[in-house]
Amino acid sequence: MGTKLNHESLAELREIAARYPQPRSGLLPMLHLVQSVEGRITPEGIEACADVLGISAAEVSGVATFYTMYKRKPVGDYHVGVCTNTLCAVMGGDEIFARLKDHLDVGNDETTADGKVTLEHLECNAACDYAPVMMVNWEFVDNQTPESAVQLVDDLRAGNEVRSTRGPRICTWREAARVLAGFPDGRADEGPSAGPASLVGLGIATERGWSAPDADQTDQADGSTDHPVAEEAHQEAAATADAGTKEAEAAVVEKESPTTETAAEKGDAR
Amino acid sequence: MSSTATGSTDTLTPVLTSGWADERSWTLDAYARRGGYAALDKAFAMGPDAVIEAVKDSGLRGRGGAGFPTGMKWSFIPQDNPNPKYLVVNADESEPGTCKDIPLMMASPHTLVEGVILSSFAIRAHTAFIYIRGEVLHVIRRVQAAVAAAYAAGHLGRDIHGSGYDLDVVVHAGAGAYICGEETALLEGLEGRRGQPRLRPPFPAVAGLYASPTVINNVESISSVPSIIANGAEWFSSMGTEKSKGFGIFSLSGHVQRPGQYEAPLGITLRQLIDLAGGIREGHELKFWTPGGSSTPLLTAEHLDVPLDFEGVGAAGSMLGTRALQLFDETVCVVRAVLRWTEFYKHESCGKCTPCREGTWWLVQTLARLEKGQGSEADLDLLLDQCDNILGRSFCALGDGATSPISSSIKYFREEYLAHLTHGGCPFDPAASTAWSDRTVGATA
Repeated sequence: MGTKLNHESLAELREIAARYPQPRSGLLPMLHLVQSVEGRITPEGIEACADVLGISAAEVSGVATFYTMYKRKPVGDYHVGVCTNTLCAVMGGDEIFARLKDHLDVGNDETTADGKVTLEHLECNAACDYAPVMMVNWEFVDNQTPESAVQLVDDLRAGNEVRSTRGPRICTWREAARVLAGFPDGRADEGPSAGPASLVGLGIATERGWSAPDADQTDQADGSTDHPVAEEAHQEAAATADAGTKEAEAAVVEKESPTTETAAEKGDAR
Repeated sequence: MSSTATGSTDTLTPVLTSGWADERSWTLDAYARRGGYAALDKAFAMGPDAVIEAVKDSGLRGRGGAGFPTGMKWSFIPQDNPNPKYLVVNADESEPGTCKDIPLMMASPHTLVEGVILSSFAIRAHTAFIYIRGEVLHVIRRVQAAVAAAYAAGHLGRDIHGSGYDLDVVVHAGAGAYICGEETALLEGLEGRRGQPRLRPPFPAVAGLYASPTVINNVESISSVPSIIANGAEWFSSMGTEKSKGFGIFSLSGHVQRPGQYEAPLGITLRQLIDLAGGIREGHELKFWTPGGSSTPLLTAEHLDVPLDFEGVGAAGSMLGTRALQLFDETVCVVRAVLRWTEFYKHESCGKCTPCREGTWWLVQTLARLEKGQGSEADLDLLLDQCDNILGRSFCALGDGATSPISSSIKYFREEYLAHLTHGGCPFDPAASTAWSDRTVGATA
């Protein structure tokens, strides 16, 4: 099995190392780049990083095995994560994970036979106000149900366009790894500013006319945060937050609950 | 009105969150329309020491959980040290329940970047790093783009705004390790090593990144600095309580009608927040909650009126932490919840010190047996003894945090543990806790 790392990749590995006052600081993003080229952390990728940094392959290997985002086995085009940390698990993450294992006929950290989807249960991904949360190639897929999760993986496998609920059109796992390596893909402007839950407090404050005190009352600085444009934006926020909540409620009501399924057993989840 | 806040501050005070609903809020244009980057010239005119003084005077305390005074941390940087100084932003938001920095960086990354410039200027750093957990791709895109836009606009790079001050910012993606939220483990990760904590002292202020003086601050702490410089220390400290000044983002999740982000003066109560959020989900009541992530001891419905500031939550036997308010109603089995968190700590233990590496495995074994109804009452004492052998004896706070849910849940819910033994397993139906359970029950009844 030959490596896909070529001269261009080696140049990029050096480019990453050169971003830092000390080159070894580049190792984490360099390993992301290896994954984007090789589809996983390969022995050749480890050697390449070691060569660029002038350290041993064992040192690189020690780092690569410490962090959970680095994979030794090939990952599918779509890494599908289901949060099963306590809050998401309780809100239905366990049920979603169990349903997906069954539907895809894979266990944790396994890839479907067509090489499309790798399923993994995740720890908290910092989106608890959107529980239960899933991630596809590290993009947020918020407020999931077992049915929406099945639809999601079916769409991914069928090659249908899938969008993050709070982000862009989903790219492949390798393309994602390249962004993590610090090579932007120019898609920062896709997706919304925030999801509905992120705006709930702002919406309520706007409705009730609440704000931080005027700077003028306490200091001489200009109160640039409190002008007519901001007011309008606040009203928009209130509307968006409300609409978002209603949409989410409707989506939940439409779904029927699979009462025959129990939550994932702990041993099973591992 | 917040009963505990000083003066007549409004109940919610959006500052960091105020621009999140703006059209294309993440862009430089949108940020500039709100007066963004105006604090830079003010700071350059004040000089670094005056910026540190302003942040000290504001009373800002670290928003990453520990609550250490930010200005004081900055003043620990020895300016006579010949090594370069570094600012490192801890954007490794991973504490279970914590979900404030991620939406902040997605909606308003320039608030963070402006804060990075002001803070770096104050500590006389010319290189700063933003260490973002790798599992949030779009957030990384937005921060990368914000840094690039700030360079293009002359807010970063050489001779910023003609001040003679230079600053470079590197956006660094982590690779999946909860432990890297611990500041010295984060530095190890940033140096290209396994993320294992360092012995302190020396503290990072003296010997941090590359053994040079380093300040490590949370995203929300750094993002609070522009408003302090723009509006003044007195403005900031007019919000909050006596020793917990200013505002913070409170993150409500779980069994509440409107989960989400609520920015309020420190000292607001959970009762007020739940009221704003439309109450606990219909037909249910609050059973237990975390004030600041899973590493802060659980509280119950008895604690609804505790002021959510550093002192108030401390007095109630827990910690304010990251204001990650995870709310669980009476359908949730506390043993199941605690076991799952304990499995998390076991998985994330870095392996460096014995009490945490071995202890978290023992905790899981003992808890798992109890959850299946197979242990005995003596196992509760065994668990507390195991906790006693970890708390205060492990290398960093991860081990301490692992004991919090266990000891607090045994304190408040001992009977529920015992019910697993008499019931021969978990007496709860996990289907009753899901986001869709009540809707279906309601629809079919």
